[in-house]
Amino acid sequence: MAGTLLFNALKEAIDEEMANDVNVCVMGEDVGQYGGSYKVTKDLYEKYGELRVLDTPIAENSFTGMAVGAAMTGLRPIVEGMNMGFLLLAFNQISNNMGMLRYTSGGNYKIPAVVRGPGGVGRQLGAEHSQRLEAYFHAVPGIKIVACSTPTNAKGLMKAAIRDDNPVLFFEHVLLYNLSEELPDGDYICALDQADVVKEGKDITLLTYSRMRHHCLKAVEELDKKGVDVELIDLISLKPFDMETISKSIRKTNKVIIVEECMKTGGIGAELIALITEECFDDLDARPIRLSSQDIPTPYNGNLENLTIIQPHQIVEKVEDLISGSI
Amino acid sequence: MLTNQNFIKVFFLETHVERISNLQDFKKAELDRETGLFLYEDMTLGRRFEDKCAEMYYRGKMFGFVHLYNGQEAISTGVIGAMKKKHDWFCSTYRDHVHALSAGVPSFEVMSELFGKATGCSKGRGGSMHLFSREHHLLGGYAFIGEGIPVALGAAFSSRYKKEVACDKSSDSVTAAFFGDGTCNNGQFFECLNMAQLWKLPIIFVVENNKWAIGMAHDRATSNPEIWRKASAFGMHGEEVDGMDVLAVRGAAQRAIERARAGEGPTLLECLTYRFRGHSLADPDELRSEKEKEFWGKRDPIKKLAQEIIEGKFATEEELKSIDKKIDTEISESVKNALEAPEPPSEELTRYIWAED
Repeated sequence: MAGTLLFNALKEAIDEEMANDVNVCVMGEDVGQYGGSYKVTKDLYEKYGELRVLDTPIAENSFTGMAVGAAMTGLRPIVEGMNMGFLLLAFNQISNNMGMLRYTSGGNYKIPAVVRGPGGVGRQLGAEHSQRLEAYFHAVPGIKIVACSTPTNAKGLMKAAIRDDNPVLFFEHVLLYNLSEELPDGDYICALDQADVVKEGKDITLLTYSRMRHHCLKAVEELDKKGVDVELIDLISLKPFDMETISKSIRKTNKVIIVEECMKTGGIGAELIALITEECFDDLDARPIRLSSQDIPTPYNGNLENLTIIQPHQIVEKVEDLISGSI
Repeated sequence: MLTNQNFIKVFFLETHVERISNLQDFKKAELDRETGLFLYEDMTLGRRFEDKCAEMYYRGKMFGFVHLYNGQEAISTGVIGAMKKKHDWFCSTYRDHVHALSAGVPSFEVMSELFGKATGCSKGRGGSMHLFSREHHLLGGYAFIGEGIPVALGAAFSSRYKKEVACDKSSDSVTAAFFGDGTCNNGQFFECLNMAQLWKLPIIFVVENNKWAIGMAHDRATSNPEIWRKASAFGMHGEEVDGMDVLAVRGAAQRAIERARAGEGPTLLECLTYRFRGHSLADPDELRSEKEKEFWGKRDPIKKLAQEIIEGKFATEEELKSIDKKIDTEISESVKNALEAPEPPSEELTRYIWAED
């Protein structure tokens, strides 16, 4: 049986949830007639009509705010950021309105909304289209943040996000849309708050998410040949972290390296290291390490871009260094 | 030579006073005994509630930024009073106490919120600028300029969506979004006017043009001071109205509501008004002239309505005084009960972050 491409897995999730619940709707730039810039909503406009798959003007803060008002009054909107970077323009709506409003209102309203779209460093897209907003939004209270990484978890997580009564920021990666995989049969969902133990191992824990899962897999293969048994965990949930799964792994391996695509300063790894230090300090045999992107705007030049983000060989080297005790 | 300044003077009435003195005739709402007493009571509640807030703030019972509505009551009462309670939706700003009261949120719940009590409409977590009540369809008080407008647009979108997609024929709610003159220079204002007209959403954009965005005079902040005219750029219906005349506001609101409910789309309603107090209770209010305050003080909307009621023999002065007294009693009781009400429990500090709490 032919596999399903990741963007189609997301579409299946949205399509199925729209068929199940009349209140589920999509809004954003070019989501309708154009089918979405990465075709995640292709054909849904024809199937569900222009109100349920709403092509909006280019007004990120206002259509995101509109989704909040729609969610407060009974709908379950999915907002597409044509590129997640554009949603910097909607920072206020995501922070003040989506994240904080339920608490500030003393529980008067809930905001069942999903904000999704392509993020991460692509191929020579330039600085503005190569952002990792998960770190920017990480401090906002009241929002859940997830990152999908395979067609299977993309579909299962998207369905869970749509069904969740809280606002969910859903990160897709611009370079993963064409991954193909055979999907499980039937109506399945993946828990929004559970990390995925991709490969069990005993020597060292690698924590990662999104596209870096695949860089880590390459490194794990290389390390396996060298006799290093890595435990690879895909965080999936960037907020809150699944500390139960993470702690359990560190108790076993006593060593941890975080591999991330976001910038080092104030990044996902920064928060994760803080938590690991607080909660797993006594289980660690070596200092926790971060492999992160450089703290620079992503350059256009291909070579410079490759140097900005972590590459598989760097993961191999760092793991070997840590195992050998040279760092 | 026609300079830019002259150009503006030729085509636009420049000052607030000039504009309200030259308003064209428009159809006001009709006055009868029942309507008059209802409007009078609602405006009086708003005024006296705010006066009590000032007292409580200066007595140290209330904290933070507190923005009072004195002078602008004809707008809240004129618009919300013409809408269906618990059916239509209301969206406010940081100056939200009186909108909440007009929408039907009990004064006890509003005063409790201002005291930060557990009995407040936002459970003590919102405060003066963040009053919410799902029960009374108050979408909330939004403290950043313009951010409430998209939220209001979303409620209007839901109304149309439920009718057309979910085939709920009873879904004909209209949303009123309140905001000030300063907001009308913000992108969200223009973006939402565009989308509302594009999709013919049932929404009324109510501009409470009180001429001052804290210390920035309206004429110094905008290239065309006549905000209602900006509707025409979107093909939208716009009206300017005397915001110190509750019957004028009510009449304009009734027309806008009727059009919105019939699916004919939004209205931009600019209400010319004035706040009788500073921007907030922390504002020294040094920029507004005494002459200007005097001009607007003579246009007190409550006194104006009272005069019309008495002159039209719809009710006597004594009847109005008895309403004042009733309101004073209600507010005193609300204050007393709110002062005695419990604080939010410390163990519930993190409650309401998530939908499941």
